[in-house]
Amino acid sequence: MTEARTFEYDVLVIGAGGAGLRAAIEASAAGARVGLVCKSLLGKAHTVMAEGGIAAALAHVDGRDDWRVHFADTMRGGQYLNHPRMAEIHAQEAPERVRELEAWGAMFDRTQDGRILQRNFGGHRYPRLAHVGDRTGLEMIRTLQDHGIHRGIQVHMECTVVRLLKDGPRAAGAFAYERERGRFLTFRAGAVVLATGGVGRAFRISSNSWEYTGDGHALAYHSGADLMDMEFVQFHPTGMMWPPSVEGILVTEGVRGEGGVLLNSAGRRFMFDEIPEAYAAQTAADPEEGWRYTQGDKDARRPPELLTRDHVARCIRREVREGRGSPHGGVYLDIAWIRARLPDAAQHIQRKLPSMYHQFKELAGLDITQEPMEVGPTTHYMMGGVRVHPETQMSSVPGLFAAGECAAGLHGANRLGGNSLSDLLVFGKRAGEHAAAFARQQGLGAVDESQTRSAAEEALAPFGRAAADDANPYRIQQDLQVLMQEKAGIVRRGTEIEEALHGLAGLDARARRAAVTGNREFNPGWHTALDLANLLTVSEAIARAGLERRESRGAHFREDFPVKSEEFAHCNIVLRKGADGAMQLRREAVAALTPEQDAIIREMK
Amino acid sequence: MSTQATFRIWRGGPADGGFRDYRTEVTEGMVVLDAVRSIQAESANDLSLRWNCKAGKCGSCSAEVNGRPCLMCMTRMQDLPLDRPVTVEPLRAFPPLKDLVSDVSWNYRVKERIKPFKPRAADATDGTWRMAQADVDRVQEFRKCIECYLCQDVCHLLRESRNHDEFVGPRFLIHIAALEMHPLDDEDRVGDLKQDHGLDYCNVTKCCTDVCPEGIRITDNAIIPLKERVADRFFDPFLRLLSRLRRK
Repeated sequence: MTEARTFEYDVLVIGAGGAGLRAAIEASAAGARVGLVCKSLLGKAHTVMAEGGIAAALAHVDGRDDWRVHFADTMRGGQYLNHPRMAEIHAQEAPERVRELEAWGAMFDRTQDGRILQRNFGGHRYPRLAHVGDRTGLEMIRTLQDHGIHRGIQVHMECTVVRLLKDGPRAAGAFAYERERGRFLTFRAGAVVLATGGVGRAFRISSNSWEYTGDGHALAYHSGADLMDMEFVQFHPTGMMWPPSVEGILVTEGVRGEGGVLLNSAGRRFMFDEIPEAYAAQTAADPEEGWRYTQGDKDARRPPELLTRDHVARCIRREVREGRGSPHGGVYLDIAWIRARLPDAAQHIQRKLPSMYHQFKELAGLDITQEPMEVGPTTHYMMGGVRVHPETQMSSVPGLFAAGECAAGLHGANRLGGNSLSDLLVFGKRAGEHAAAFARQQGLGAVDESQTRSAAEEALAPFGRAAADDANPYRIQQDLQVLMQEKAGIVRRGTEIEEALHGLAGLDARARRAAVTGNREFNPGWHTALDLANLLTVSEAIARAGLERRESRGAHFREDFPVKSEEFAHCNIVLRKGADGAMQLRREAVAALTPEQDAIIREMK
Repeated sequence: MSTQATFRIWRGGPADGGFRDYRTEVTEGMVVLDAVRSIQAESANDLSLRWNCKAGKCGSCSAEVNGRPCLMCMTRMQDLPLDRPVTVEPLRAFPPLKDLVSDVSWNYRVKERIKPFKPRAADATDGTWRMAQADVDRVQEFRKCIECYLCQDVCHLLRESRNHDEFVGPRFLIHIAALEMHPLDDEDRVGDLKQDHGLDYCNVTKCCTDVCPEGIRITDNAIIPLKERVADRFFDPFLRLLSRLRRK
């Protein structure tokens, strides 16, 4: 049975995390008929996991902050591979997007005078993150969800897109299945917005849920769009390490923002041992100054624990590799020590970091107000993604837009904490606005049946195959995760990346034999089999881009090329599907700075 | 620590459902969700279940384990007796779909019926508001809700009496409480609480509070204050007299 129900929308948004919801709200406000497809139930997207806050230069806590400082911080954090116009737009528009959330019912923590409170975070010069304890992501997604459901948006829950439909060069819709009955849906649309999030399931140790299989990346790539910066995968320095079942679950940077320190097995605060040149002038000289910074002293500089995530992750890995790690292969993150400084430390920690307290208490049986946590790097975020126009978020395929984690450009080689939630809002809004405008001007595209028929046949193929041990889709996914973790993970070598590519070719052959048991109704085995193709596409993109970039920069670290190279300092790596179906790679110059942008960066050095 | 355990998992749909036993290895620190996912990957590829964050933050993996509604990702194996099978079944207050998945779409329809947030005019000329942290704290307790619907599942008005048409359930009473106590909100939902949302049905047995994985004091902090507001509006003798006079 391959027939499909058909829905027609002006704008189809794929993904209902922060970016997708924001895009849907904006497109709807522009008068478009909007369909919103989400892989899980509404409100469960990975945005709920964001803990730290939303970066926006509101300057409520430190009047010296403004969008120019935020722009310069973002560019420095991204090692200047960011698209400067995106970084500029982001810094300029984030404050308005945050205030808008408040007008829609969000409740942020407050300053003494009743305004939105902001906290310190890695790589941000001033306290900049609007937050709600350590559950900011939940507050954001719930606010957008509760606002969005009254805006006439049609939500298709538990529905997964398997192919984008095109009308000649332009996007014209999508073909999907719904989980409950396994039936197919055809969406005809004037414009399509991808907001599918990341690729975290390509690695064994990950903070991401089952959904993050690079769907938007792969859908865009196979419909002819460019992918960019795919070598830059952010490994968050602090994931849980023990017990094994929780390995990879995120421990917010907010712990360090509140004064938490990283210690090795000898009790040494190793982050003071190596401070990158670009940040030396902004980093505390000693623990005392670092502590004062976390407590709001504006004259103090930030402790080294709040350096950028790529650097902190590598320092942790160094300690572990050199034999100074914790029993389960991480290091210690200690917030309990602040007892020595604060009279009511235990209550203070529980108030500032409630969900961290809860998470360790429930899952590890550990009281973070009394004992240090064991932490280590975990796959967290994809800087790379669909290459988009900085103003409109449209990809190189007309009518196909991308926003949030699945889009590239804002973060360059490394994302600053807090810049993700603001990214979702700023560029989700822009994508929705421009998608609605595109749809208004161009109308619906035509969808020819041969596209949907071949997509349906391909999607159903796993049911016809013979079950075998090496054709179990879960096992193929696990093998891919181990391969990518070991050969293309936090520390890479050219020879290993080549092994990864070789291994991926073998897994691709296995994925084509992946067999499914049971029927089409709510069958996670089937869905896992269908996700494999996307994981393989993004894994290959990560490996190819990582092999090409023969230097270490930001989140991409090559042990065989451990320093930055001038050759790669000003280029992005762009991938496109060739006419022969093979992945084609080219280097392109990073978008040039305007004289004004250049002046800001020089001033803020 | 590594030991074999038996899981008695609900399989099938509304017509043909029943328990089936599976064995899997249980290691240190494992939660029920880990074990169920192992079974899924090893011997029941088509086993339906919902999960996302695996850290108690998204409220997807709600189920009944040994008869108790819980999040599978936050229920540790070491807290369960392994000398007998661990039963895992879907939330029973909603129509079963397949295996561990039930149809929770009713909850989404209920929320759409509740009047949305409507802010008062801005406090400052730049269009922003001022709020005290103490006022924010009170509402943030309710906004911690992860919409796991365990409170709905355990509520006898939904689970046994099936009052889905008359009563919105504890989840949406705290949603309304969060809106009603929001320092900026200007909307009035007190009439709806009585007439449309079925607040009077609740007889404060506190079962919802007991199962809340976020520790929200649903009954004491949300439902009872809402009942007081309704009582003040509809049963205050002075106001009733006043309204009768006005009607004349």
